[in-house]
Amino acid sequence: MMREKFQEQLEEMHRQMVVMGSLCQRAIAMAVKTLMEEGDAAEHLEDQVHILDGEIDDMEREIESLCTKLLLKQQPVASDLRRITAALKMVTDLERIGDQAADIVELTRFIQKDDRNELLRKMATDVIYMVSQSVEAFVHLDLDQAREVIAYDDVVDRWFDQIKVEIITCISQDRSEGEALLDVFLVAKYLERIGDHATNLAEWVEYALTGARSKDGLWVDPVGADKDN
Amino acid sequence: MTAEIITTKALHLWYGAESKNGAVVGGQHALKGIDIGIPARQITALIGPSGCGKSTFLKTLNRMNDLVPGVHIEGNICFDGQDIFDKTIDITWLRKQVGMVFQKANPFPMSIYDNVAYGPRTHGIRSRSELDGIVERALRDAAIWDEVKDRLKKSALGLSGGQQQRLCIARALDNEPEVLLMDEATSALDPISTAKIEDLAVALKEKYTVVMVTHNMQQAARVSDKTAFFLLGELVEFGDTDQLFNMPQDKRTEEYITGRFG
Repeated sequence: MMREKFQEQLEEMHRQMVVMGSLCQRAIAMAVKTLMEEGDAAEHLEDQVHILDGEIDDMEREIESLCTKLLLKQQPVASDLRRITAALKMVTDLERIGDQAADIVELTRFIQKDDRNELLRKMATDVIYMVSQSVEAFVHLDLDQAREVIAYDDVVDRWFDQIKVEIITCISQDRSEGEALLDVFLVAKYLERIGDHATNLAEWVEYALTGARSKDGLWVDPVGADKDN
Repeated sequence: MTAEIITTKALHLWYGAESKNGAVVGGQHALKGIDIGIPARQITALIGPSGCGKSTFLKTLNRMNDLVPGVHIEGNICFDGQDIFDKTIDITWLRKQVGMVFQKANPFPMSIYDNVAYGPRTHGIRSRSELDGIVERALRDAAIWDEVKDRLKKSALGLSGGQQQRLCIARALDNEPEVLLMDEATSALDPISTAKIEDLAVALKEKYTVVMVTHNMQQAARVSDKTAFFLLGELVEFGDTDQLFNMPQDKRTEEYITGRFG
């Protein structure tokens, strides 16, 4: 195998993406778990999510720096260039996911811990699935897996719609619940946004593999769009 | 759409082959059925590993390979609509139209002025003022005028490598060619001289068509509009440079440009 050092660095980039992806998954899982916990246990989880968010921010900088180094020293082209470009874009989405997990724990302390949160928990399970699958698709260069994630966003959107309807029903039955349920609504919205970020991740995997992104059914060719430069 | 100034069809070339009963026997099959259209006033880069046929292809475009004993060529090359292998073609005219610059700068051991005036003098131009005009225009086109205008009578051998190479480009330009072939013209130069020649190539495409052989992948990506990848005498892939370096269509191109060849 030629360019062994470069190959090692690409693998290192993959490893770091996996680590960052799994930190994001843990952050989402812990954030949602705070919906089931009270008191010290909830506080402990909150702290953990904030620590994870900080670690995710650090990972973003680390991966950015590795990618910049690879661009500078290895002057990659073709699939190597697309993979590194994709990683540079993906870390931004992963970092946003970390932020949103932290946003969620800021809200959960105001949310009543009861069975109604079960829908949020189920929604979170699907969102975590999307994040893990998109990072795996990147590492395994699996186009089918990436496209599965993109399609899966509809499942998460349906959860969001369902939770919205439930909230409207609850408020119409008891207006005094309005304020607390708005926080539930915001948590659902953050989860829905994480689903969108996971979709972005999968779209960058698609770009890394095909040289184009499918957005809203239209193919966008980042190089072709900028041909004159 | 840009017009094609040079087109080749089913171009084959053998070195050291014999022709027996209309068939080619033995020898080395250096070009294998090349079909390509070189767009006018653009820069086309030819890339590929050593021995892939890219320099052979370049030299075939102005029939420099005619000078190699035992060369056998089949197929067709059209320059500006004319078959360059046609018996009525004047090779001197062809080489005026399709000029060439080599890897190693080869100035004549004479003054800077005489280097550039050599061609026009050979073609019978004697008028001092006319020669002055040609020399200045060629040196300006080659982006070296400002550096040498005060020492035109000095020996060309006293110029730096990069200046010598630009002088050779000026010498190729004094015939006002349509096409300039550059065979690894910067491979022996430092980064600054290389950058000057690259800038020059980009400026030249206003007036000329440039075809360059390069081993420097970044140079092909930086400078050229079109890139052709040659491998073992075949043209594997030819297309827009952006496309070829971002999303090559052939696995062999991908392996070569990413440095994973072999």
